[in-house]
Amino acid sequence: MSQVFHDIEKQIIIQLSSLKKATPQKLEQLTSLSPDQIRRGVEWLRLKNLVHVKQTTKTTVSLGSNGIQAHKNNLPERQLLNLLQKNSPQKISALQQQMPSQSFGPAMGLAKKNGWIQSSGDTISLVRYPDSLPEEQIISLIGNSSTDGNNNNNNNTNGIPLDQITDIPTYHALKKRPDFIIENTIKSNTISFTDSSKRINFDKLLSSSNNNNNTSTTTTSTAPIDVEAAVPLTFLARRHPLKETIDEIREIFVTLGFTEIVGSLSQSSFWNFDALFTPQDHPAREMQDTFFLDKINARKFASAQQINKVSTSHKKNWRYLWDIQTSKKMVLRTHTTCITIKHLAEHKPDEARLFSLGSVFRNEKPSYKHLVEFNQVEGVVIGSDTTLRDLMGIQKEFYKQIGITKIKFWPTFFPYTEPSLQTMVYNEKLGKWVELFGMGIFRPEVTKPLGITKPVLAWGGGIERIAMLKYGLNDVRQFFSNDIDWLRKRSVS
Amino acid sequence: MPVVELNFSRLQKILCNPTSSKNKNNKHKTSATNTPISKKLIVQTLPFLGLDVESESQDDIRIEYSPNRPDYSTPYGIALGLEGLLGIKKGSHTLYIKKDTHTPHYKITVDSSVSHIRPFITAICAKGKPVDDDLIKQLMIMQEDLHLGIGRKRKKSSIGIHDLDTISFPIRYTTTNRSHKLVPLHHNNDDDDDNVNAPSMSITQILKDTQTGKDYSHLLGSSKLVPVLLDSQNQTLSIPPIINSSNTTVTTKTKNLFIEVTGLHKDDIEDTISVVSTILSKAGFKLYQVAISGSKNSTPNLSPTKMKLDPKLVNDTLGLQLSQNQIISCLKKSRLDAYSLLHPNSPTTPSSSKSSITAKSKTKYIECIIPRYRFDIFGPMDLVEEVALGYGINKLQPKLSPSRTIGSTSIVTDQLYIIDQMLIGLGYTEVLNSSLTSADTLYKATNRILSPFLSSSVQQQQQQQQQPTAPPISVLDSKSKEHTILRDSILPGLVANLGSNTHQPYPQKIYETGTVFRMGATNNTATSISEKMHLAAVLGYQNANFSEVKSALQSLLKMGFNIDIKTKTHVAAPTSSRNDYDDDDGNVTSIPTTTAPSSLFEHGRVADIILSDHTIIGIIGQISTKTLDHFKIRVPVVGFELGLTGLIFD
Repeated sequence: MSQVFHDIEKQIIIQLSSLKKATPQKLEQLTSLSPDQIRRGVEWLRLKNLVHVKQTTKTTVSLGSNGIQAHKNNLPERQLLNLLQKNSPQKISALQQQMPSQSFGPAMGLAKKNGWIQSSGDTISLVRYPDSLPEEQIISLIGNSSTDGNNNNNNNTNGIPLDQITDIPTYHALKKRPDFIIENTIKSNTISFTDSSKRINFDKLLSSSNNNNNTSTTTTSTAPIDVEAAVPLTFLARRHPLKETIDEIREIFVTLGFTEIVGSLSQSSFWNFDALFTPQDHPAREMQDTFFLDKINARKFASAQQINKVSTSHKKNWRYLWDIQTSKKMVLRTHTTCITIKHLAEHKPDEARLFSLGSVFRNEKPSYKHLVEFNQVEGVVIGSDTTLRDLMGIQKEFYKQIGITKIKFWPTFFPYTEPSLQTMVYNEKLGKWVELFGMGIFRPEVTKPLGITKPVLAWGGGIERIAMLKYGLNDVRQFFSNDIDWLRKRSVS
Repeated sequence: MPVVELNFSRLQKILCNPTSSKNKNNKHKTSATNTPISKKLIVQTLPFLGLDVESESQDDIRIEYSPNRPDYSTPYGIALGLEGLLGIKKGSHTLYIKKDTHTPHYKITVDSSVSHIRPFITAICAKGKPVDDDLIKQLMIMQEDLHLGIGRKRKKSSIGIHDLDTISFPIRYTTTNRSHKLVPLHHNNDDDDDNVNAPSMSITQILKDTQTGKDYSHLLGSSKLVPVLLDSQNQTLSIPPIINSSNTTVTTKTKNLFIEVTGLHKDDIEDTISVVSTILSKAGFKLYQVAISGSKNSTPNLSPTKMKLDPKLVNDTLGLQLSQNQIISCLKKSRLDAYSLLHPNSPTTPSSSKSSITAKSKTKYIECIIPRYRFDIFGPMDLVEEVALGYGINKLQPKLSPSRTIGSTSIVTDQLYIIDQMLIGLGYTEVLNSSLTSADTLYKATNRILSPFLSSSVQQQQQQQQQPTAPPISVLDSKSKEHTILRDSILPGLVANLGSNTHQPYPQKIYETGTVFRMGATNNTATSISEKMHLAAVLGYQNANFSEVKSALQSLLKMGFNIDIKTKTHVAAPTSSRNDYDDDDGNVTSIPTTTAPSSLFEHGRVADIILSDHTIIGIIGQISTKTLDHFKIRVPVVGFELGLTGLIFD
C-alpha cells in the first residue's frame, strides 16, 4: 500500500528510514521543522499506524562536586590511608591538618569501621592498606565517561546510563554521600516504524520527494493510497462575511431592477436632515445621537432655490426660525437616505428604481447590538402608479430571496415618510418577531420643495442585522473584530 | 422612542367605559361593551396603531410610541385609538369645553413684560373627577413626556398642573425679579412629606440649588426678570418653565384641576393644551374654558380643522379600490370624522384630462374633520395613512409588479469587486475596520506623524512646509474613545489587526478597501472634505519580504486594470499628487493620494508606488520594527496602500 504524505510526514519518514529510530529532538536537528511540526507530523503518522512512539525513561548517573573531587584526588578514606602509609602512626591533629576538614571525619569513620586503622589515645596507626575499593571503581567508571572536562558542573549531566553499574549496594552507599552522585531521569520518546509501515516503498517516496522541485511527471505515483486518512484543514483567503451578505443583498436589489447610486459618507446637515423634513430642533440632530465634524461647515451644499424651498417648508410646517448655519454643519451620514434624496433632487426621474448601500454612523456606545458605524441599504421606486402594496410586494420578494418567508407589516413612524410601515420577520432561533426593514412613501413636504413630482417609495434598513441572522451571531461587534481565526474558519452561512 | 407602561385592567376599564365623558349620549350602545376586551386582543391590536410592544408581563405592558403622537403617552390616549380599531367607538373624540359660569371668571391677563422672555400662555380647567394616586402618576408621566417631546425639554412649551380650588381668579401672567420668594414644589422627590415645612426660596436660590432649577435655568437667559403666575391674592402659582409653587400642589384630596401651558409660540402651546385636554376629557373630567387676554394672547381655540381628501389619492397610494364610504369608515376607525362632499365645479381640478367626464358626473371629495390634538396631520398624505390604519395594515395584501427598469451596480462596486476577486486569488483575506478610529491607532501605535497637507502645486507645497501639519478630522462628543477621528489611511488599522492575531498560524495576509478622509480646500467659513477610496494590504510571516508584496500589487494592477507600476525610493518630504477631482459636493479639490508617511515603514525599505508618468499613487514597504514591537508581532510584515479613486474610478 502506498500513501500520500504531507511534507512534514515525508521529512520524518526520510530521516527514520536511515535512523530506524529517533527522538523528536533528533528529527528536529536533522530536518528544518519546528518542534510543533514534528509533534504534529508524528501524531499524523501514528494515527496512520505507520510509526510507534515509545516512551522511555532513561536514567543517567554523573558525579556531584564531591564525586568530582574524589575522582581527581581520591576518596577521603583513600587519602587518609595514603597519609598513614607514608607515615604511621600519626597524631589525629596532624592528620586533620593534611586533609579537607569536611572529609576527615567520614574518612576516619569508614577506615575504623573497615578495620584499616586503629586508634590509641590521639594516635592513629595503619592496620591494613586495601588495594582497590569498589567505590573507587564506580567513581572512575562514571568519572572517566565524562572525560572532556569534568571541571564544570554542567558536564555532569552527561554521565553514564544507570544500567552500566553492576555493584548496586556500593552504588547506593556512594549515593548516600553528599554531592557524590547525581542521578538524572529523562523521559523521552523514541519514534520507530511499525510493522505495517514495512510494506511501504519508502524509496519511492524518497525519490518522489527528491523530485518535488522537478517538473518531471515520470515519477508520479499511481499506486493505491490511503484515501481515508485524516488530513489537516487548509486556510483559504476569503471575502469578509459582512461583505458576502452585502454582495448578496446588492445582487437581490439588482435582480429586482434597482440601480446603485453612491455618495459621500460626510454630508451637510442640510441633506442628512433638513431635506428630509427633520426639524432643526429635532432630538436626532443633537450631538448625543449624531457625529458632527469638529469645526467643519459645508461649502456650497445646495442651490439657492433648494435651500429656499426646503426652509420654507420647515418654517410653514414646523413653525420655527430655520437657520442656515445649522444646515451647514457637517455630519457623518446617519442614513443612506441623504444620498437618495440628493440624487432625486438633482435628476428628478419620472420612473426609476434606485438603491444606495454603505456605511452610516450613530454616536452610540458600542455594544453587542450597536456599532458606531454600520451598513444600511435603501431602495426607492419612483413612478406614477406605484402603490404601498407594490412596495410591500417588493419587500416580500426581497425577504424570500434571503430565505425569510414568515413576515408581516406593522405601521410605524419616520419623519420623512407617510404612510410608514416596518417589516417584522419571524426569527426561528429566538422564537419571536423581530423588526427588520422600514418602508414608506416620501412625504410631500420632502419631495415638493425639491421639485420631485412623482411619488417616491422607499424601503431599507440595517445590513448587520441580516448578517447576524445569517451567521447566527449574538454580538454585532464580531464583524469588526477581525479575528483571523473566525474569518478563516467560519462557514459560508 | 418614548415608552409608556400600561396596566391591563386599568386599560380594560377605560375601554369598557367608553361613555365616561358623556354618559347620556350613548345609552343605545353601552350594552354591547360590558364584557372586558381580552388581553390577547389588546396585545394583538396595539401594533396596528403603530405602537411597539417592548415587554409584557401578567399585569402590565410596556409600549414604545412615536414622538409624533404625544396623545399615546397615557392609557387614555391609547384607549382612544384602540376603541377605533376594535370598532367600540368610531369617529373623533369631541372636546366639549364649557363656557365659564364661575364667579369670578376663570381668566388670565397677560402683562406685556413677558413678551421678551416667554410670551404665550394658555390654560384649561378640568373638573368633576376625583384624583387618585394613579391618576396623579399618569398626569406626571404625561407632563414629562410632553415636556421632553413636543416641548423640546420645556423650551417650546411647559405645563403646570395645579389644584384649581387653591387659586383665586383672575390670574396674572407677568414677570417678577429674581429675589421673588416662593416655596417650590418638590415634585422630584416624592419620598417624604417635607413639602409641608419646606422653606421659601428666592428664584435665584431655586435656579441655583434645586435640580429642576439647574436643569432649566438656561431657558430664562440672563434676563433680570422671570415669568411668574400670580393669583388675585398675589399668591405665586408657578415660575414657568421652571417650577410650580407648593401652594397649588395636586394631592389625592384634589377634585378640580387647573392646567396652564406657557411657551414661545401660540401654536405650540395650543398643541400641548389640546393633548392635555383630550386626555383629561377621556379620563372623565369636564373641561371649562379659561379666558386669556393681553399682549397678543387670546383664549385658545381648540376646535377641529377641516381638510379635503381626494379618494383617488387614497386608492392610488395604497393600491386599493375603496369606495368613498369605505374610506370614510376607515377614517372614523382612526378616530377622525369624515363625510362626502360634492366638489365645487372648479376649473382648477387637479385631475387629468380624462376627468373632464368624471367632473361632469359630480366628483365627490371627502371632507375630513381633524380634532385639534391631531396636529401630526400636515396634509392629505397623512390622511391616507389614517385610512390605511383604519383599513387595517394586516389586511393590505403585498403585490409584486414586474420591474420596468433594469438594475445595475455602480462602477465603484464593479471595480472594487475585481480587486476583491484578485486579492482573494492572491491569498489575501478581507478585513473590515471602522472609518472612525482613534489617534492611538492611526498615529501613536504605528509611529505615523500627522502628515503634511499635500497638494498639487509646488507653491502650495512650499507654503505647507512652513505650516506644520493638517489636523485630523475629528467628531464631536463621541461616546467611544476608540472612535474619535476619521482615518486618513487604512494601513495602520491592518497592522493593528495583525497585532491582535499573533497567536494565529502564519502566513497572515489581509486587505481592506475603504474610504479615507482628508481636509480639502478651506475658505473663511467652510471646509470641504475629500473622501477617497483606498486599498491596503499587509502580509506577515517568517519570510515575508518586500518583493513578495510588490509582486502581488504589480500583478493585481496589471492583470486587473492593465496598469503598470514602478516603485521609487520614498523621500519623506511631500511629493506630487494626483490630478484634481470633484468631490461629492461638486467642489474641485486636489487630494493627497499617499497618506502613509514613511515613519510607519522601516527606513530604506519603503517606496512610492508610481505610474509611468511618475504620478505617485501609493506607498509600499516593510513595517518598522518599532511598530511591530508595539503590537508584539514577531514576524516581518510588508504592505502597501494606494488610492483607487482617480485611478480605477472617478
